[in-house]
Amino acid sequence: MSDHHHKETFVTKYVFSQDHKMISKQYLITGIIMGVIAGFMSMLFRLQIAYPEESFSIIEAFLGRAGEGGVMTPDMYLSLVTIHGTLMVFFVLTAGLSGTFSNLLIPLQIGARDMASGFLNMISYWLFFLSSVIMLASLFIETGPANAGWTIYPPLSALPQAISGSGLGMTLWLVSMAIFIASSLLGALNYIVTVLNLRTIGMKMTRLPLTIWAFFVTAIIGVVSFPVLLSAALLLIFDRSFGTSFYLSDIYVAGEVLHYKGGSPILFEHLFWFLGHPEVYIVILPAMGIVSEILAVNSRKPIFGYRAMIISIISIAFLSTIVWGHHMFVTGMNPFLGSVFTFTTLLIAIPSAVKSFNWITTIWKGNIQMNTAMLFSIGFVSTFITGGLTGIILGDSALDINVHDTYFVIAHFHLVMGVSAIFGMIAGVYHWFPKMYGRMMNKDLGYLHFWLTAIAAYGVFFPMHFVGLAGLPRRYYSNTAFPIFDDLADINVLMTIFAIIGGLAQLIFLANFFFSISKGKKASKNPWRATTLEWTTPVEHIHGNWPGEIPTVHRWAYDYSKTNENGELWEGEDFTLQTVPIRDGEEEF
Amino acid sequence: MKALFYIIIFVIIIVGIWQFVKLLGLTKVENQTATEKENNINGWLLLVFMGFVYGLMIYSLIGYKDTLLPQLSASAEGHHIDILFKLTMGLILVVQFIIQFVLFFFAFKYRGINNRKAYFFADSHKLETIWTVIPTVVLSGLIIYGLWTWNEIMDSSDSENPLIIELYAKQFQWEARYAGQDNELGNANVRFIKGVNTMGVDFSDKNASDDIPLAVAEGKFVKELHLPKDRKVIFKLRSQDVLHSAFMPHFRAQMNCVPGMVTELAFTPSVTTAEMRLNDDTKAKFEHINALRKEKGKEAVEFDYLLLCNKICGASHYNMQLKIIVDEQADFNKWLATQKTFAQINK
Repeated sequence: MSDHHHKETFVTKYVFSQDHKMISKQYLITGIIMGVIAGFMSMLFRLQIAYPEESFSIIEAFLGRAGEGGVMTPDMYLSLVTIHGTLMVFFVLTAGLSGTFSNLLIPLQIGARDMASGFLNMISYWLFFLSSVIMLASLFIETGPANAGWTIYPPLSALPQAISGSGLGMTLWLVSMAIFIASSLLGALNYIVTVLNLRTIGMKMTRLPLTIWAFFVTAIIGVVSFPVLLSAALLLIFDRSFGTSFYLSDIYVAGEVLHYKGGSPILFEHLFWFLGHPEVYIVILPAMGIVSEILAVNSRKPIFGYRAMIISIISIAFLSTIVWGHHMFVTGMNPFLGSVFTFTTLLIAIPSAVKSFNWITTIWKGNIQMNTAMLFSIGFVSTFITGGLTGIILGDSALDINVHDTYFVIAHFHLVMGVSAIFGMIAGVYHWFPKMYGRMMNKDLGYLHFWLTAIAAYGVFFPMHFVGLAGLPRRYYSNTAFPIFDDLADINVLMTIFAIIGGLAQLIFLANFFFSISKGKKASKNPWRATTLEWTTPVEHIHGNWPGEIPTVHRWAYDYSKTNENGELWEGEDFTLQTVPIRDGEEEF
Repeated sequence: MKALFYIIIFVIIIVGIWQFVKLLGLTKVENQTATEKENNINGWLLLVFMGFVYGLMIYSLIGYKDTLLPQLSASAEGHHIDILFKLTMGLILVVQFIIQFVLFFFAFKYRGINNRKAYFFADSHKLETIWTVIPTVVLSGLIIYGLWTWNEIMDSSDSENPLIIELYAKQFQWEARYAGQDNELGNANVRFIKGVNTMGVDFSDKNASDDIPLAVAEGKFVKELHLPKDRKVIFKLRSQDVLHSAFMPHFRAQMNCVPGMVTELAFTPSVTTAEMRLNDDTKAKFEHINALRKEKGKEAVEFDYLLLCNKICGASHYNMQLKIIVDEQADFNKWLATQKTFAQINK
């Protein structure tokens, strides 16, 4: 590749690029923009929750007529929580996270010139871009964006008579998501094919870094489950537009009986959560992979229990496809079915516990380099445990009854997949920024960013459990209609203050990220002294990644602080690149 | 246009942050990964952060205790849930306190020092086995106990003479219907909705005539659903338009209302409203609430059981409620006798 240069124009290099590194940056920037929008929405609705009776000029400024007088309408409140959830789960933590790091790291870490199909990869990004544009366009329409919750349960999402956002807003939501699913399927197929076929010589599956294992398994879950969401969305489009009754039956709304007969909204819930639950693992597994890598590199130790880690990734992936019913314990499903889902759900705690213990053992007796990526990774383990533990309550059908759809659930999933996955993603950005842009991000801003973010994350989501245990349902525009929730005002104010601190802290990240792209310190080839292949490529990006031959791999990815029989470090270095052949007297791990 | 103004402010802050850092000369840092000094500072900060997390947990556990639902479950079935909940929560808290400590302590203790060698420790079958087996055993216990509890709650087949009530959800209010003398609900469908027949009851069904729709009592503004103490109540749930969820947190009970189908929920109220008002948790909570309300110039309130909607159902989802009163059986029967059946209403 290096010997013949394509002539690249601005458009082929920066816009319709087929180079995985550029596509990765496109995903990242788009993801960050969507994250800023979704995060800002949460600031607005947190203001409403904490101060339901006060007015804010910022609400009027951004919400216009739906925020007249500085107080948002209930419809707009529901729109904000719906779009916040949709953007965060799909656009930031699926496309932004997987799209960025799978694209960047799969070819670089397995030793490939590019993705199996650069063209499909490009299409995948531009479909994602298109779906983002459509989703954002829905914010500006007359009847307001979709507001039936990010889970868009029919009949609410099917009937414009029932809620204003189920008109054009929901149509745009569905169109956007259908395109999004196409994009993520193209991406996932590409990742799978690339990992299976384009590994360099010596890169056995058992020598892959855990990042690649995580991305690979994530892609498989995506291919299995996303098509089901697509079919759910298509059937909903049919019900909305062509009068079919897949999900609707016996409905009387706005003063008239509708013609629908024989459908069941529960069918939609099954289809939705058949994707929806694997989706949380689509979100968290890549973050787990990233964190495993960063913890090992910065502890200067091999990841503990490499094989156990792979087995747990695979078992989590497998189990994730047979637990969706735990979202539906109180839908009237057969109690026996509930028992089965309780059983499978609680089983997931086992591989999750194994992973957590392995991470902790990885840092044990390490020589921990406390850079920003490492701090976020430690933060990830902490929030993953805090959030994961309450999953034992929610996954237990009997206990779920009284906390189902309360703020307890919100606290749980924000910690275990929201905050954790964001931490993993940010850690990844700090760690691979030198690889993406050839420059370093500012350290001091990074530290400040981490400490403020970590404090804010716990400050918002830990007290939130108690709001849920007090019985407050989610998606309530205001709780002033219920005197029994009057005493929650203090907690809500506290959480909102922490949320604003957390929101402002992200400005530090944005400053650091965007200025470091052009003004950051020039990075060296292997700034973190890591063993994986991406650090053997030149700092300046070239098409095809390696100027000469693709390197050959001789060992696994975690030879940190390995010593010879005399207890000395091999060649006096505490890391050995994967490209270094096994030395005399050295045992391959 | 004001939005643009805000956006410009945010951008200025972002630019300002970078300029400020540049001014301090912090953009010229030479070494790339963290220095020994930074490892040390961040290591200590991790310890401080652990203190923050622990402080927050303890503060929340103690400070927010009064805001929780009364510890006393208002239903016999809820009692089982409470035991399981306390057991699980206790276990979770112990694990949480220990594991977080181990994580932060290791991170602090092994913060990087130049020239120190990390310990190459890549695998241990013994350790892996230990932390696969221990969670498995603990979870097996929880699963078995959880499933036993689940079956206890969900199985209402053996109850004698249960009271049957239909709860009917619609945007944004609850209606209800007692099954009457024959304890059987007459058929209903949205296609029968007309005029006063707001629940779509099929009056040609012989079971319907003795059914008692819940009405607003004289001198009251809102409907009050009366339930008898110590008698099993089986709720049949229907919805008129979209998904709703009947959530009765004090009874530890919840079930969705699904258009096109009838779902079921059952429990035995075990504490009357009057008794619950005298409960210590309830008193503490309402003293607090009334003190807060007084500050805001609102009238004082008394404890009442509530039915809330807990599935997003539209713009006024946040105010879809029904007051529940649990009476002694004799009082309940007296009350029910004063209510009109459909036959009496339609006369």
